[in-house]
Amino acid sequence: MSIIENHTTNGQAFSEAPKLQARNVDVFYGDKQAIYDVSFDIGANEVIALIGPSGCGKSTFLRCLNRMNDTIDICRIEGDILLDEENIYDPKVDVVPLRARVGMVFQKPNPFPKSIYDNIAYGPRIHGLAQSRVELDEIVERSLQRAGLWNEVKDRLHSPGTGLSGGQQQRLCIARTIAVDPEVILMDEPCSALDPIATAKIEELIDELRENYTIAIVTHSMQQAARVSQRTAYFHMGQLIEVNPTDQVFTTPEHSLTEAYITGRFG
Amino acid sequence: MTNLTTREKVERSMKRRRASESRFRAYGVASVVFGLLCLVILFTDILRNGVSAFEQTVMDVSIELDGDYLGIDSQADDSAIKLANFDGLVKRHFDREVQPERRDRRQLFSLISAGASWQLQKMVLEDPSLVGQTVNVALLMDDDVDQWFKHYRGHSAHPVLNETQLGWLNQWADEGRLHTNFNTLFFTNGDSSEPELAGIRGAITGTFLTLMVTFLLSFPIGIAAAIYLEEFAPRNKITEFVEININNLAAVPSITFGLLGLAIFINLFGVARSTPLVGGLVLTLMTLPTIIISSRAAIKAVPPSIREAAYGLGASKMQVVFHHVLPLALPGMLTGTIIGMAQALGETAPLLMIGMIAFVVDVPGFITDPSTVLPVQIYLWSNGSEAAFTERTSGAIIVLLCFLITMNAAAVWLRRKLERRW
Ligand SMILES: Nc1ncnc2c1ncn2[C@@H]1O[C@H](COP(=O)(O)OP(=O)(O)OP(=O)(O)O)[C@@H](O)[C@H]1O
Ligand SMILES: [Mg+2]
Repeated sequence: MSIIENHTTNGQAFSEAPKLQARNVDVFYGDKQAIYDVSFDIGANEVIALIGPSGCGKSTFLRCLNRMNDTIDICRIEGDILLDEENIYDPKVDVVPLRARVGMVFQKPNPFPKSIYDNIAYGPRIHGLAQSRVELDEIVERSLQRAGLWNEVKDRLHSPGTGLSGGQQQRLCIARTIAVDPEVILMDEPCSALDPIATAKIEELIDELRENYTIAIVTHSMQQAARVSQRTAYFHMGQLIEVNPTDQVFTTPEHSLTEAYITGRFG
Repeated sequence: MTNLTTREKVERSMKRRRASESRFRAYGVASVVFGLLCLVILFTDILRNGVSAFEQTVMDVSIELDGDYLGIDSQADDSAIKLANFDGLVKRHFDREVQPERRDRRQLFSLISAGASWQLQKMVLEDPSLVGQTVNVALLMDDDVDQWFKHYRGHSAHPVLNETQLGWLNQWADEGRLHTNFNTLFFTNGDSSEPELAGIRGAITGTFLTLMVTFLLSFPIGIAAAIYLEEFAPRNKITEFVEININNLAAVPSITFGLLGLAIFINLFGVARSTPLVGGLVLTLMTLPTIIISSRAAIKAVPPSIREAAYGLGASKMQVVFHHVLPLALPGMLTGTIIGMAQALGETAPLLMIGMIAFVVDVPGFITDPSTVLPVQIYLWSNGSEAAFTERTSGAIIVLLCFLITMNAAAVWLRRKLERRW
């Protein structure tokens, strides 16, 4: 299989109220191209699922949205990504406030080797979000509440975050991300290491978070995509094949590759 | 053969695997035992030769601090006491007590250390009212007496002491007046040409000052260099060149650093030779590669997921490095530093090049005073002709080993303490 010549993305790639807009994005790792000419919108307060076979560039694309790829030396990006109509790759843009606005939850839970409290408080501290200790305590409690972790950890806020179970750690990481109060949350397979119960909790959480945040989630689980997202984007070999409302993608996919993937014929 | 089941094949291969495993284990045990044995032999040898350096032979004497002879009284001030002839007093005392024949007098006096008169002087300086009284003191004996008493007593002949001398000594020993005391002078004196007066205080102080200079320079510079190279330096030819050369520096023979120090610090910048300052500078050059390399390894070992988490929250590069990478890398960095310092502690060759081999009697007070260091002191004493110097060589080695063990234990303790945080 190789990339499709003269491809244009099928379906409803654009949104009326876009939060993030990708325009003709190409990504290269050294000489190797990982993303080919991807253009689509992520609407405000929507959950969009990014699906596709392993190695198709989902993580790569997701990491472009908060410029996490800047930390990889060989990674080079062409095209524009607009957050609220502003190009985040403009040389004038500082990545530090950008990443405070576009938070990220990683595939593997990665709490800091610090206490639960300090894990949550770290973001607000470096961005100066709390004027007082009391305010910081409030932020920590609220974030843990929203991530559904408060009741489990409220008695041991000062024990290490790394001592929690995998699912708790992942919710800790989500709480840490929302403590900074971002506008967009990027999630890269947040449930891949979790059991069904922890997964269900996180999906519930995503549903709640949608009221206030815009969420892009990479997932390998069709069911998860179907449960949490409003729209689904299907990537294939670095190309964006199709973007459509989630029900439509899973019932009547437009593109034959999408259909092949969701019916399990490859991937 | 062909119709063996998989299980049978696995069983067959197990025998081979178990055999190779136990063979490997035997090799391991053998090397550990060999290593331990060498260590035990080394330690027993050093201890056997060196422990006696911590004892010194003295002789109980009742001596009258004759004010008329000394020309002082119990109200004398320090300067008068310092001028008084205590040496003559000691000689007169022994002359009267032993009543040797005229030709044997020098041989009698040679049994007593030059330190004996200083002992008396010190007593009087501390308490001038002793003048005129008869005091009981344990007078320091010469190193030959010391060696004889510790190792040759009972032998009829002695390479240095003659029969008359042995006669007196045997008599004193039989009377129980000769005995050994803990050798405090070994720890409170600087070097001396008289073995019984030679101590390691100067060398220890010199070592301490030198290592302090080394640490104060190499720790911050090494860690800053490691952080810069690992986190901030652009990946290009220049950085690569620097990295390769740091690795090369770690393998450069240490004496080369001595030559470099001689050429640059002493000849070019005019830093005084034989001082802890220049010694510390040279040892800094030597330890820097070790510290940089181990610090970089410690930084590399910080999981990338921690960095990503911090970047993902909007931490700046500085914040990622100082809030997350550094605390996690610090135990490794400190271990590297202490290993580097331990190397520096035992280093002799480069220091010989910059004149730290000079014979220094005074204990250095500051990093610009001439001084020597423990390993060099050991080297100096090992060349001494007197048997007592050989003994002190081993004694100083024991002290050096104690320092090394302490430093390594500190490294282990520090690492545990820092790592235990999570
Ligand atoms: N740091 C990197 N350096 C070089 N190539 C990379 C790097 N990260 C990803 N790639 C390449 O880019 C392509 C896309 O990788 P990416 O991680 O985005 O895939 P993915 O869709 O997230 O896959 P998965 O579902 O397995 O996580 C792959 O071919 C991969 O080999
Ligand atoms: Mg991925």
